[in-house]
Amino acid sequence: MNDRIWVLAKRELAAFFYSPIAYVVAAVFLAVSGIFFAGDVFVPGREAQMRDLFDRQAFMLVFILPMLTMRILAEEFRAGTIESLMTAPVRDYEVIVGKFLGTWFFFAAMLVPTLIYAGMVKGYGQADLGPIVTGYFGLLLLGGLYISVGTLTSSLTKNQVVSAVLAFLVLSIFTFLLWGITNRVTGTWQTVLRTLNVYERFGDFSRGLLDPRHVVFFITVTVGTLFVAVKVLESRRWR
Amino acid sequence: MIQVKNLTKRYGSVLAVDNISFSIEKGQIVGFLGPNGAGKTTTLRILTCFMPATAGGASVAGYDVFGESFQVRQKVGYLPESVPLYMEMRVNEYLNFRGQLRGLERQTLKNRINYVVERCWLADVIKRPISQISKGFRQRLGLADALLHDPDVLILDEPTVGLDPTQIRATRELIKELGKRHTIFLSSHILPEVEAICHRTIIIAGGKIVASGSPEELRERICEHSRLIVELKGPKDLIEKSICALEPVRAVEVLSSNGYVKFAVQVSPKSDVREQISYLAMKNNWLMREMRLEVASLEDFFVRVVAEQEETRKEG
Repeated sequence: MNDRIWVLAKRELAAFFYSPIAYVVAAVFLAVSGIFFAGDVFVPGREAQMRDLFDRQAFMLVFILPMLTMRILAEEFRAGTIESLMTAPVRDYEVIVGKFLGTWFFFAAMLVPTLIYAGMVKGYGQADLGPIVTGYFGLLLLGGLYISVGTLTSSLTKNQVVSAVLAFLVLSIFTFLLWGITNRVTGTWQTVLRTLNVYERFGDFSRGLLDPRHVVFFITVTVGTLFVAVKVLESRRWR
Repeated sequence: MIQVKNLTKRYGSVLAVDNISFSIEKGQIVGFLGPNGAGKTTTLRILTCFMPATAGGASVAGYDVFGESFQVRQKVGYLPESVPLYMEMRVNEYLNFRGQLRGLERQTLKNRINYVVERCWLADVIKRPISQISKGFRQRLGLADALLHDPDVLILDEPTVGLDPTQIRATRELIKELGKRHTIFLSSHILPEVEAICHRTIIIAGGKIVASGSPEELRERICEHSRLIVELKGPKDLIEKSICALEPVRAVEVLSSNGYVKFAVQVSPKSDVREQISYLAMKNNWLMREMRLEVASLEDFFVRVVAEQEETRKEG
């Protein structure tokens, strides 16, 4: 990989470990995951699976990932560090991709402790490994998509709160609203909404289905969103 | 090394930089002087490719700032006015990050960090988080960052702001010495500073270049506007008339008269009437309490130059 992207991603990841918000976000995510796991998943007599946990984690990401991404560019604009960053020899796409990857690595690190749950379900309940692996894969893809949206909204403002709320709004529409209305409309509209319905697509992963169309969809939308973010950052040079 | 041609920058309806042109030779230290809001930072930001010009163009180290911005940024070391730094990082982490971002080899980077840490007196704070070091150290860290990749051109926006007098002196010495290896373009609003370090000064006010030249040339232009303050005891009208009669005197203004009469005397350029006035006083038995040369401040100079500009614009 491009060295500069790597350097930027490393800095971004390190910045999370200095940020109290990132710790709070990770703690809340893990605590709530733990509650769901203990209350609904790891219950005697129930089927040994992680699906219920994955579905709820996907739901939580809509709230949690905007709080991670809100800082990444908005704070650079607010503190003025964007000036030393953009006057160094770096390309705009390297800045965006570096920041995206740094955040995504932090998110992935956040998922690592939940592997204990997977181990417990597997160890005590002889759960199928397949759905667990596809579930984690789906979470990483879904998280990537959400983080790309957060990166874009963070590039639009110097106010972290605005950035987080914007990301939350966009993600809610794609996740909750589409999920709620897809089956209430018919015809072409249903096809369109079903295409964009990320929560339903994620559902296949957590059920153990590895559909290449979903993989392509998540990666395409993520890359496309990042591309728009690059253009937004670039426009600062033209304005 | 730096060429600026008909550069104009507009923020909405505000004209920040108005059609300026200048060039800077290799190896020169050039000061960019002007009051706040004159367009200094805007010009420097255009030169460092942080923002585009509305019209006109510029090139740095032979590369166009718009079309070849990446190459320009490789050649330039830039210290922004606000010295933006990542507060959560430690000093050595920050320098490492910046060096890696610029693609310096591991060993080169190590050597360069040692060099800039020594040159910018950062050794004491090398392991401290940036959020905990003083403004003076941050300023020097910003300078160290600008120097890290041994750039051909250094662009420094107000490099001594926020430093204490000892540090200011040390920083000026450092800049002077750096001038032997790098081309330096620095902005300031302090005349003595620019006089002390620069080979040449460009003065900007209201987005236009109003004067440019060596410090001596500028000093002379400013001194044209200085006046002599004299306080004498004697008949006001007579004193005024006799001083007016002196050859180089252009104008006399009475500032106050209670017992002693205080005058402000304006003379034509490069002439000195102090001897003549003291002779007059002696001859007429006027007691003298004060006589001093009031050198116009840079601020006065700006005000005057800007006002002159306005007038010519109206006439034109």
